[in-house]
Amino acid sequence: MKKVAVVGVGETKFSGPQTKTEVELFAEAATEAIAESNLKAKDIKALFIGNALGDIEEGQGMVASYAAENLGCHYAPANRYEGACASASMAVRDAFMWVASGYYDIVIAGGVERAATMGTGLATRTFAMFSDARYEYPSGVTFPAVFAMLTHLYADTYKIPLQKLREQMAKVTIQSYKHGAINPKAQFFGKNADMSVEKVLGSFVVCTPLTLHDCCPFSDGAAAVVLASEEVAKKLTKKPVYITGIGQASNGPLGNQNDYLPRIRARELSSEQAYKMAGIKPQDVDLCELHDCFSIASLIAAESLGFFDYGKAGEAWEKGEADIGGKVAINPSGGLKAKGHPIGATGAGQVYEVARQLRGEVEPGRQVPDAKIGLTDTLGGDGGTLVNMILERGW
Amino acid sequence: MEQKLYFAQYNEALKQNKLLGLKCQQCNTITTPPKMACRQCGSPDMEVVELKTDGKIRTFTTVFVGAEGRESEVPYILVIVELEEGPWIMGNLEGVEPKSVTMELIGKKVKMGNKIFAGDTYSAGESARPIFTLAG
Ligand SMILES: [Zn+2]
Repeated sequence: MKKVAVVGVGETKFSGPQTKTEVELFAEAATEAIAESNLKAKDIKALFIGNALGDIEEGQGMVASYAAENLGCHYAPANRYEGACASASMAVRDAFMWVASGYYDIVIAGGVERAATMGTGLATRTFAMFSDARYEYPSGVTFPAVFAMLTHLYADTYKIPLQKLREQMAKVTIQSYKHGAINPKAQFFGKNADMSVEKVLGSFVVCTPLTLHDCCPFSDGAAAVVLASEEVAKKLTKKPVYITGIGQASNGPLGNQNDYLPRIRARELSSEQAYKMAGIKPQDVDLCELHDCFSIASLIAAESLGFFDYGKAGEAWEKGEADIGGKVAINPSGGLKAKGHPIGATGAGQVYEVARQLRGEVEPGRQVPDAKIGLTDTLGGDGGTLVNMILERGW
Repeated sequence: MEQKLYFAQYNEALKQNKLLGLKCQQCNTITTPPKMACRQCGSPDMEVVELKTDGKIRTFTTVFVGAEGRESEVPYILVIVELEEGPWIMGNLEGVEPKSVTMELIGKKVKMGNKIFAGDTYSAGESARPIFTLAG
């Protein structure tokens, strides 16, 4: 296999409802990534695009082909990936494989979504499509309800009083908001920096015990990354960021994950693959962009990724061990909770952040000092799809 | 290859308050809802069995924000129940005030009945769903 580098990245601002179409949003991110790579659209050999719900958001299926044509990658093969909130990470992982195989030398991968444009009712309905449609949706399961049930199960499994756990979860939210408030691409840029535990706990209850501030927002946005073989990458940039490890695994309906819950087994297997391939251990990771769709999701993820013991991640957040300057800097972008969660683009947004962190290019207030190794973690549905990627400095 | 138990039969049985599952002939694991292969060992060598519907609540939430088309159902309680024979299934808990439930609910024994979700624009027709009530 050839070594594969990220040679350029691009991202729109993640936002609430806005008027740009999905192909327009994707083109904005993609042209930024292509320009940063010192390339032209015609140099791109293939496109790999995550998009979960475009059919319903815009009535547009097969968005990848239209996105390719729109941005000037005429006649290039263009694949769409759908794995709920992990769609873009699946796209980047597959793009990696095509370049690693030697078949293509330059490709673009990313994703786009207009989840916010749907509004809360339709977004709640469509996100619930990633739960089991025949056996679990009839009971009225929603995306927050899944993580609300995991919260109660987590408290019961690790014998943490619910109130204590909720306070720990509020710390996750506060940390994410702090970083998101100074990330210009974040949906909550300039907002929520003064959040307190009391405000989080006292906000509107979505599904007990989760309040509005335990949940990520619905978002519109796009992100894209250009991948190139080592040989080509060295000609294009002085700062290639290599993808050194990848992993992916899947799970069935939530109820059938009972041997492991509240742990997500697919994440443990996926991250294990990535660590093994890169030849590193969790303690080698400087920063991690993980899938914090809900505050409890951060705790569950950080434990399965090997950063903290099971049942102990909340304490780690309280002590600052999950922040810049701690054991591992988690979500310096603000994460899904503050940067936003345009589901089909989220994973590419994580790669965007990690690449810029490794290159030392983010705002000083949220830059992880001397970051050399970064990990991405993206979860689709109720843990149905898990993707992890490890990125390292190539200079 | 035909599956031993399909959604349609499972659904019809659930409407009669009967819960069907599959017992693996290789590892004895009970799989429900129906699948082609055993959820534990992956073998398709399974036989249809009727499961005991007694179980205990493993987790729950009271939902205050419903999906489009189901706004009138809130607030409602979702539960995951561990059945006596092992599997966990999702359903609703009725007979208690949704706004009053606490962590005390976890571990409580329940009995199963059913209601029909009529389906919406996106679902391929109706589905029965388990409705639990506290036992005793
Ligand atoms: Zn078996």
